[in-house]
Amino acid sequence: MSDYQYDNQTVKGFIVSSIFWGVVGILVGLLISVQMWKPEMNFPPLFTFGRLRTVHTNILAFGLGVGAIFGLSYYILMRLVKRPLLFPKLARVQLYLFNVGILLGGVTLLLGMTQSLEYAEFEWPIDIAIVILWVMFAVNVFGTIIKRREEQMYISLWYIIATVIAVAVLYIVNNLSIPASLTKSYHLFAGVNSANVEWWYGHNAVGFVFTTPILAMFYYFLPKSTGIPIFSHRLSIIAFWSLVFAYLWTGAHHLIYTPLPDWIQTLGIVFTLFLIAPSWGSVINGYYTVGSDWSKMQTNYLTKFFLMGITFYGLQTVQGPTQGLRVVSQLIHYTDWVPGHVHMGTMGWVTMTTAASIYYVIPKIYNTEIYSEKVANIHFWFVLIGQLLFSITMWITGIQQGALWKAVNPDGSLKYTFLETLTRNYPFWQMRTVAGLIFTVGMLFFIYNVYMTMRKGKALASTTA
Amino acid sequence: MAGDLYRKPIMFAVVATVVILIGTVATMFYPMLTAEMHPKLENLKPFTALQLAGRDIYQREGCVNCHTQTVRPLKTEVLRYGEYSKAGEFAYDRPFLWGSKRTGPDLARVGGKYPDAWHYRHMENPQSMFAQSNMPAYAFLKEAKLDAAETEAHMKALSFPYQKEEIDALGAKTEMDAVVAYLQVIGTAVKKAVAPAEAQAGGIKGSHIPNPLAGKAEAIARGKELYSRDCASCHGADAKGSIGPSLVDDEFLYIKGDLPDDDYFEVVNNGTTEGFIEDGRAEKGGMPPFKDSLQKDDIWSIVSYLRSLKGR
Repeated sequence: MSDYQYDNQTVKGFIVSSIFWGVVGILVGLLISVQMWKPEMNFPPLFTFGRLRTVHTNILAFGLGVGAIFGLSYYILMRLVKRPLLFPKLARVQLYLFNVGILLGGVTLLLGMTQSLEYAEFEWPIDIAIVILWVMFAVNVFGTIIKRREEQMYISLWYIIATVIAVAVLYIVNNLSIPASLTKSYHLFAGVNSANVEWWYGHNAVGFVFTTPILAMFYYFLPKSTGIPIFSHRLSIIAFWSLVFAYLWTGAHHLIYTPLPDWIQTLGIVFTLFLIAPSWGSVINGYYTVGSDWSKMQTNYLTKFFLMGITFYGLQTVQGPTQGLRVVSQLIHYTDWVPGHVHMGTMGWVTMTTAASIYYVIPKIYNTEIYSEKVANIHFWFVLIGQLLFSITMWITGIQQGALWKAVNPDGSLKYTFLETLTRNYPFWQMRTVAGLIFTVGMLFFIYNVYMTMRKGKALASTTA
Repeated sequence: MAGDLYRKPIMFAVVATVVILIGTVATMFYPMLTAEMHPKLENLKPFTALQLAGRDIYQREGCVNCHTQTVRPLKTEVLRYGEYSKAGEFAYDRPFLWGSKRTGPDLARVGGKYPDAWHYRHMENPQSMFAQSNMPAYAFLKEAKLDAAETEAHMKALSFPYQKEEIDALGAKTEMDAVVAYLQVIGTAVKKAVAPAEAQAGGIKGSHIPNPLAGKAEAIARGKELYSRDCASCHGADAKGSIGPSLVDDEFLYIKGDLPDDDYFEVVNNGTTEGFIEDGRAEKGGMPPFKDSLQKDDIWSIVSYLRSLKGR
């Protein structure tokens, strides 16, 4: 066990860092949710909705998301190859650079330095830092796998390898730009082409940050927590290859009815529909795994996190393709429906699965038990209710908005001014803030539980030493 | 055999890369090589230095997070915002700023829709014009001077043509001037269609038709309601003018004397276009059209209401 000690420190470092950035990102999210219905809560120039929204999305995607992915991937990797990381010091440097990078990223966005490409807002110097981080990650992942002590590569490793490759290609290509100064650049691609490259990237950032690495966690930690092996290895092979094949075709469903050539839109829609199959391959595998012994839902507190997580993944991957259809897109695109959809994925699937994985890992690292299963259960119910309230409220708002924008008088003239359609959102947006608060309280229970477990572990270590 | 793949990480990585690149090449890389991804309208011009400075600020402030810049070819969307977006309009947009969320209205056709004064007031304090708006106030842009050297570097990076005088002039401009200049050029490469006026009012060219709702109390009440919703932010609550001209003085519409009912109707219906000659007088421009958001009777009601203020 002793040769794992150093690497565990890095894993722990990434987990704690990602939780820290998670808190920052969620608090910013709460503030911008209030700004939607209370414009006086904007404090220009730094703290306006326009600048803070990118801080919210980037800090959560790159700080909470990627931070947890780095830490938990390393944890999974070491166990699956039965050896410590090949370059433990490199991983430690990566941890420090990660935190500096996210801090600089957040500050520069606040200062208005942005490429205006959704989920690729960081300016080019930060992009270079992120590419360096990713190369460090890739070197350790591939190096450790090549020097492995277990011949067969388990499913989770496939997803980690796919993540490393796809994110590298996506991130580098979409961030190609013409630098005009240290803090400003212009996209190398212009107009419709710029749009096509951005959404090829944007949708696959969802695919290879919020899907494949989370599936790696799911396929590893669900069997570990429950003691039940994955239901079908064959199904996981089919699901893996069809998922990583189909994802890259689908970006254009973000550009339906825009001036993007129609054939690219249609191709995007077709592959988006196809994507239901591999997504549900994992959902079915998850359900049948737990289904072989439902009593785990009662006896193991983590089972419900994973099952709820994969349920939201299943709902997400049916709702997504539905939204991709032209007939649905024309109603809900550009409305609040879309943030409702995104938050089901991030708050439901990603955060639920990641939190459960952290609950599993932290006691293992400290050689102890979780501080309180009861607190974990309270956490579960708060985030579940908060997330459902959030998403359902936004779906209702979105349909209303879309319908009001389209409403016409008997003579065909528009029925509502834009302002009239806006003011009807206010009660829903207030409800969304309440939902966010409920979710945040749940996350505070989670952080408290993790903190107390670590404290307990430390106390234990000092008495046995 | 296939099972070996899961024991050979390098081979696995190569296969995964190929699988990932197929969709990438088909939908992203291949289109880039075709002309249909690089269209440009004939009359589309690169941004001027002032416009580019404005666009930089538009990016900096994250306007794209609440405002889209693409009108979909859907009936009600064209009614609300104007001509649907064309691929050839965006050749100088690096990056594209189509956006993905309409917390505020689409801006693809905002260029030339309102006079500059409208934007200055609205950007400074949106709630002064629309009390229930949730847009943040951008008054600080009025105080911030442009950095001419920085903008020049940006023009060079994009290889946009410019004159030295254009750059020199930037020093005296504020960030607000730049944003307004940018807003006023968005979507203007596509010409606005000017509808034949008399046909809209239901009349025949060269003759005048009277307001069918003239003097009716119900219409006046309805007109008053619509006036405060759609007109007061520019013409003042008392119609004595502010950004737009007074609607109750003798100078109204830049001519002396009475305005025929259907000309009144037309102005509300079609808006005004700078230099457009109607009934022998040149319009100044600045009035947006309301034909797509007001029914015919609504417009006649507004005319009735405004007439009632003057008593004639």
